[in-house]
Amino acid sequence: MNSKDFSILIGGAAGQGSRKAGLIIAKIFSSLGYNVFIYDDYQSLIKGGHSFSLIRISDKEYNCSKEKIDFLLALDEKTIDEHINNLDNDGILIFNKDKIENEKGVGIAIETITKEVGGISIMANTALISGFAKVVSLDFNFLKDVLEKEISKEIEKNLEIAKKVYDSIDPVLKIEKIGENRPLLTGNEALSLGAVKAGLEIYIAYPMTPATGILNYLGEHSNILTVQLENEIAVINAGIGSAFAGKRTMVGTSGGGFALMTEGISLAAMAEVPIVIVNSQRPGPATGVPTYSGQGDLLFTLNSGHGDFKRFIFAPGDANESFIWSAKALNLAWKYQTPSIILIDKNLSESTFSFNEAEIKKEEPLLWNGNGEYKRYQITENGISPLFFPGGKEIVKATSYEHDEMGISTEDKEVIKQMQEKRLKKFESMEKEIKSLEAINVYGENLEKVVICYGSLKGVVKTVCEKLKLKMVQLIVLEPFPEKQVLQALEKSKKIVCIEASAIGQLSQLLNQYGIKVDDNILKYDGRPFTEEELEIELKKIYG
Amino acid sequence: MDNLQTKAINTWCPGCGNFGILASFKKAIESFDKENLVIVSDIGCNSKIIDYLNISSFDSLHGRSISTAAGIKLGNPRLKVIVFIGDGAALNEGISHLIHLAKRNSNITVLMHNNRLFALTTGQFTAASPKGLKSKASPGMSVEDPLNSLELMLDSNATFIARGYSSKIDHLSLLIEKAINHNGFSFIEILQPCPSFYDTSKFYNERVYELKEENRSKEEARKLIEEWNYNGEGKIPLGIFYSSNKETFEEMINKNV
Repeated sequence: MNSKDFSILIGGAAGQGSRKAGLIIAKIFSSLGYNVFIYDDYQSLIKGGHSFSLIRISDKEYNCSKEKIDFLLALDEKTIDEHINNLDNDGILIFNKDKIENEKGVGIAIETITKEVGGISIMANTALISGFAKVVSLDFNFLKDVLEKEISKEIEKNLEIAKKVYDSIDPVLKIEKIGENRPLLTGNEALSLGAVKAGLEIYIAYPMTPATGILNYLGEHSNILTVQLENEIAVINAGIGSAFAGKRTMVGTSGGGFALMTEGISLAAMAEVPIVIVNSQRPGPATGVPTYSGQGDLLFTLNSGHGDFKRFIFAPGDANESFIWSAKALNLAWKYQTPSIILIDKNLSESTFSFNEAEIKKEEPLLWNGNGEYKRYQITENGISPLFFPGGKEIVKATSYEHDEMGISTEDKEVIKQMQEKRLKKFESMEKEIKSLEAINVYGENLEKVVICYGSLKGVVKTVCEKLKLKMVQLIVLEPFPEKQVLQALEKSKKIVCIEASAIGQLSQLLNQYGIKVDDNILKYDGRPFTEEELEIELKKIYG
Repeated sequence: MDNLQTKAINTWCPGCGNFGILASFKKAIESFDKENLVIVSDIGCNSKIIDYLNISSFDSLHGRSISTAAGIKLGNPRLKVIVFIGDGAALNEGISHLIHLAKRNSNITVLMHNNRLFALTTGQFTAASPKGLKSKASPGMSVEDPLNSLELMLDSNATFIARGYSSKIDHLSLLIEKAINHNGFSFIEILQPCPSFYDTSKFYNERVYELKEENRSKEEARKLIEEWNYNGEGKIPLGIFYSSNKETFEEMINKNV
């Protein structure tokens, strides 16, 4: 076992609390200075089934899971059945010996101990955490501090259970403190915080996994107004209304809800209203698989909304990038008065990462200076017309209909052409903006062997590319397409491999539009993330 | 009052009921601060009204003006938000939004221009069309019974429900003024002849009568609302059927922030 890079799997039935227990364990290692990555796997049900958290602890940033696990913490027998084959030869199984008969591993008399202190079944988690803490020789007082922070109900009983379990088993190895604590955030949480830092005022949504975490997090942890409306059509249209009234607004959903929002995206483009839309993908088509991941909405998102227009599309790859790019999405939506889409997926939305806060701030849009007559759609050099909001001295007329500079409907051929060209100028300005941003990430020195991906695949692709010494190109801005940066990154490449969670290779198709020929595809479409081992095997098949 | 005129050329047909609604609205808002008004519309002859009014406005998508208005009110609760919407947008394309806005008691006024058919698309039936209305859409006439929008609003817990008639400008302007002043969701169905496709002037003129203003229970309101079934005979009451006070959606959610 490598004490600087190991994996813990904790599992049970839904409702047994394995996710929370996993998060507590992750926080323990986070406070010891380790990098943490948690992949949560669960089904669309409330009780029963099989849920697990796969926690990777490492001294380096490996934001992906490994197939092989070093610690298996089982709240039920199914967890052992499902995962025992992945337990490394010197891995350690920790389980409830009152319920599960097993010869190997560290058995804890969870039922007996819980009964002794008059506890309830959910406290089995505390027993398992404490057993694990003892196995890795953590100080009890340290464990006690963490539990006191994380458990709000009946902490006395929980501590009593923890102590009894702790005293009942023997340590196996020792894990050292290697650095300072870092906060842990899911992709959804980091995205929410980034938007708040950039001045988000209203979040409107209809619940849909895996984007629901944004609604819940902003509702519980921020002072911004969160509103749930009757459906996604109402959500996007109300979002456009509140932005028109002057409030920085974001909406969020997954593929099916995003499909309903597309008429509103077109409206925002025509009416020139700033709005941020989060589309967190799950495997489709249709309802698909609600609690799993995919990247099958890429081309749909690029083409979302009828009519000739461009929108911003940003695809961050981890929690740090979610924080930065949601802020950028909001700032740029307002700078260019346009829809700005954040395209993520379940594996980014709901996975947990060690987080580094970056400096971001709210950037002011172009506001009207109060001189002369106000024209909402004033024709300007760069296509951006100054903003003003209703409720002030000037009349502000926004519209879905083609219009003149004042916002009055038109059918005049000259005016139609003029206004379309005004918007084209704005799209050109948006393209220029992208050229000034770090729209892609490039890792590795290898010039010839290149791997391309986007979104949540960043973590696993980066880890494997580093190991195999391959160059990795990660796209972050997807529209306007950062053509120059991508072509430059691929200049000396001899072979390009595109990796994506799509059955038909949508990213390859996008690259093709810009003359980039992908030589090989690695596609995954079972809803699960690539494990490090799995991707390594696939890449070795191609690059040897 | 500032000049409400814009430079837009009016394209309604001669004799269109929308002229009466425009005149009533101008009269109704005489006492209001124009700066704090926002009017919202979407698609159809009715929605052209916002081009003819020099007031801040948002021309939304078909059936979505109600949702856009809900957002504007969330964004700035100080604004008085008024929706002009057709029967097709309100009762066909956007009916879910209308029901939910009423249910939430969002502090918005919805003025439903009811000419009881799609006129700008040259005459197809809407959810408000009488059974048997000649329609270009197959099978040549509407075979569906019409929806009673006022009954729908009563059942959706709207807190202000009224009916006006585009030819009774003084009466209608008073209704609109009261609806805007109502603290909560207000809905006015405005009967409106369409001289090109469904000229109901004579029919309405013979049947409409004005209700006395009084407090009514839901049951009393329902009886009056059901007096005319939108199909055949019967008198057509005009005025406020129901009005009650309840905390608004915007008051409640802003309290929780």
